[in-house]
Amino acid sequence: MKTPTFKSRLKTPSDLGLVAVQPSAPLLLLVAISTLARCEIGGVFKRLATLGCLLTALLIFNQPLVAQEQTAAEPFAQALELLRQGSMQEREQAIEQLSGDMRSLSLLQALQDGKLFDFKAQSKLVIAQEIDTGYSLTDPLNGTALPNVERSEVGKINLNNKLRGNIRKIVGQLQLNAPNASVRLAAVKAMNTDIDEKALALLKSHLTNESDEAVKQAIQKILLLQDLNSSDKALRIAAIEALKDLDSQDVVNTLQVIIDKDADGNYLESDSDVRNLAEAALIKIRERMQAYAAVETVFFGLSLGAVLVLAAIGLAITFGVMGIINMAHGELMMLGAYTTYVMQQLLPNHLGTALILSIPMAFLVAALVGIAIERGIIRFLYGRPLETLLATFGVSLFLQQSVRSIFSPLNRSVSTPEWMSGSWQINDFLSLTWNRFYILIFCLLVFTALLQILKRTKLGLEVRAVAQNRGMARAMGIPTARVDALTFGLGSGIAGVAGVALSQITNVGPNLGQAYIVDSFMVVVFGGVGNLFGTLVAGFTLGIANKVLEPYAGAVLAKILVLVFIILFIQKRPRGLFPQKGRAAES
Amino acid sequence: MNIFTQDKTYTTTLITLAAVTLLIPFCNLMTTENSVLHFSAYSVSLIGKYLTFALLGLSLDMVWGYAGILVLGQGAFFALGGYAMGMYLMRQIGSRGVYGNPDLPDFMVFLNWTELPWYWQGFEHFGFAMLMVLLAPGLLAFVFGWLAFRSRVTGVYLSIITQALTYALLLAFFRNEMGFGGNNGLTDFKDILGFNIQSEAVRSLLLLATGLSLIAALLLCRWIVNSKLGRVVTAIRDQESRVRFLGYRVELFKLWVFVFAAMLAGLAGALYVPQVGIINPSEFSPLNSLEIVIWVAVGGRGTLYGAIIGAVLVNYAKTVLTGLMPDAWLFCLGAVFILVTLLLPDGIVGLLRRRIKPVTEATANTAGQTV
Repeated sequence: MKTPTFKSRLKTPSDLGLVAVQPSAPLLLLVAISTLARCEIGGVFKRLATLGCLLTALLIFNQPLVAQEQTAAEPFAQALELLRQGSMQEREQAIEQLSGDMRSLSLLQALQDGKLFDFKAQSKLVIAQEIDTGYSLTDPLNGTALPNVERSEVGKINLNNKLRGNIRKIVGQLQLNAPNASVRLAAVKAMNTDIDEKALALLKSHLTNESDEAVKQAIQKILLLQDLNSSDKALRIAAIEALKDLDSQDVVNTLQVIIDKDADGNYLESDSDVRNLAEAALIKIRERMQAYAAVETVFFGLSLGAVLVLAAIGLAITFGVMGIINMAHGELMMLGAYTTYVMQQLLPNHLGTALILSIPMAFLVAALVGIAIERGIIRFLYGRPLETLLATFGVSLFLQQSVRSIFSPLNRSVSTPEWMSGSWQINDFLSLTWNRFYILIFCLLVFTALLQILKRTKLGLEVRAVAQNRGMARAMGIPTARVDALTFGLGSGIAGVAGVALSQITNVGPNLGQAYIVDSFMVVVFGGVGNLFGTLVAGFTLGIANKVLEPYAGAVLAKILVLVFIILFIQKRPRGLFPQKGRAAES
Repeated sequence: MNIFTQDKTYTTTLITLAAVTLLIPFCNLMTTENSVLHFSAYSVSLIGKYLTFALLGLSLDMVWGYAGILVLGQGAFFALGGYAMGMYLMRQIGSRGVYGNPDLPDFMVFLNWTELPWYWQGFEHFGFAMLMVLLAPGLLAFVFGWLAFRSRVTGVYLSIITQALTYALLLAFFRNEMGFGGNNGLTDFKDILGFNIQSEAVRSLLLLATGLSLIAALLLCRWIVNSKLGRVVTAIRDQESRVRFLGYRVELFKLWVFVFAAMLAGLAGALYVPQVGIINPSEFSPLNSLEIVIWVAVGGRGTLYGAIIGAVLVNYAKTVLTGLMPDAWLFCLGAVFILVTLLLPDGIVGLLRRRIKPVTEATANTAGQTV
């Protein structure tokens, strides 16, 4: 249904202004009316009535506004001219004049940031961005780029503190009318920091026109917080009742002030009803805060678990399915991380693309190195697990030192693309970082892909056959040597992919692998060797256990406790959480 | 059975050890600094250090070479012995520390601790400290081994959890709250038994003590290995289930060897600390424990003296190579790991045996034991 969106556009005063300066506005209104008329009358009737009032108002004001359009441009240009050349007082007037016009938003923002300059040669205002050779200019009104200039060709428009305060408020007002809801929300939040009568009135009037839920809530919160300071007891109590359902640090702070005592032990708030209600509301909010903290712990636990699963899942193939102790597994992850670094060096302007491309690249690099290790060393050592352990440890030293010699022993920095940085702010008490979130999803994707490869492809079938009974598999015509190499390559490739994920959350250096090798083995052994689901469950369990223990014991002690727990667990159940059943278990 | 006629390399190793142990301290104490026969303080410490590593290697060979338990955390027992010795040496500093506190070591004063933690009590007595050098690693090994062997954790699993053990200890000892000096460990030692630890005579005597301990340990291990106990342990390594079916309590034998080896490692650590003058948590790092394994593998596992040869050779190579080209050491160590496991499964001793005698029935038998 198109009408509600159209109606909501019309409802904001900014849009009314915008429509007013467009010659085609009356035509649009006609379209709106005809569209509305086609809608079913019953449910929309009330809205239609409101809209009708609005339209009438608009039609009354529309004509003069359109007529003023030509002349209105003049004061605007005059204001700009005043701003450019006038004294501080004249600038104040100019800014006051500009406040009524939506076009001045970007201009005023630039002025606020100290980026608005006077371009002397053309006698006009420009937004200037400092570059090596001087300034790059853009037009403040329509945003078009202008040619670059030398430093001396432009002069900065200076401000005093009073003007800065004014501009901040005007920018807030203008932003409140912006078409973009997130800009409006930011404006409301900015206004909350120093609110006065004028701003309050503005917010109140804006609230009825606001369509976005989040912006509405933010405004309501501010109004409720203001209600708390009123002298009307009923209003205050109603405000507390409403506020106790909001998750906001401001609410907690304000309520805290109500129940606080002064230095002599007397309550700051004289009304005991209000005080008791505020206390009850605080308790309720605190309960919710604890719930959010629990959610956050579980999330961080899951994300740590995802890292552990990613690190361990390749090992679950090489160790679990093939029975090879690959101590170089951590170094294969390190190779994956360095692949990401190299890809970002090759594509310095497309960090996100480089990151995505490095997933297949890291898989390829690590898988090739893995196959080389298998063909060169491990195949001579099948059936001698302890010797394999030693030889692959030699490989890991070799790889570490190679990286140290090629890239330097220092950590390399891998950048995080924009869409992965920052966090998802759900409310004041709960925010989840995006990179952790992506890694969690990535981990599940890799796990599913691996499971599908093992279940549905020919290679997967052969891998399972060789793992179950090597001799019989060979008798059935499966080329076991080739399958071994490919399986090891698959496990190594996944280690490389894990390295790409690790490059986003940890330092990329020659010791990256070592830090994860003990953990990955723990995860595989805890989950039960030869069981991919066991690895998944074990990784998430250990991750959450770690994060739950951390607040009480500290990060290091939590890790020690988890290690000790696993050591004890293995004594009790030597074959892990989900032991393999059947004949394969006996080997 | 006369052990001296049984194996020529063994005899040679023993005689060389005795010569080094007795001659170097003797030369150093008897001659002056510019004499040709005089060894510098640096080389005395270095040789002393090699000998403690040899003792450590020997301890691992007992448990890996004879009982077949690949312990990737032998360094943990070594470091625990070292810490016990370090605690004694810290208490010997007395009020000569930077803060001049007669009871508390400097790092505790720095952490604003007011009294000595209970586990530091008694370490001012040398006898008690020496007891702890053996008891601390022994007790850890006993508890760990009792749990592990009773529930029949074997092979790779055991190796990995021993690695986890030393990793957990590494993390624990890094914490300042543990009361073992955190990251910096224990250092700045002054006296041992009332003598200046830096003096040349004490250094020579420490070397003598290390050498004698090593010889005694070698003879003891040799005796154990050739006793009935040793035979059972070797049998467990080769066919654990059969030994169990014959009625032996396999877990007790394994536990015995494991604890014995841990104590030997602790002794090695205690001899190591006064000679290098520092003990810090990095001794617990899994890499150190893996290096011990490579010494034994290079020398030849299951031969006892092979571990000693391997430890000295690898460490000598490490000293020379890290001096010449620091970057190349890890390449070499990695290559040694790979080549030894692929080409020299019996290590240097195996190579020597093949060279010295053609395969006769007698050598085939001994070789069979050491697979």
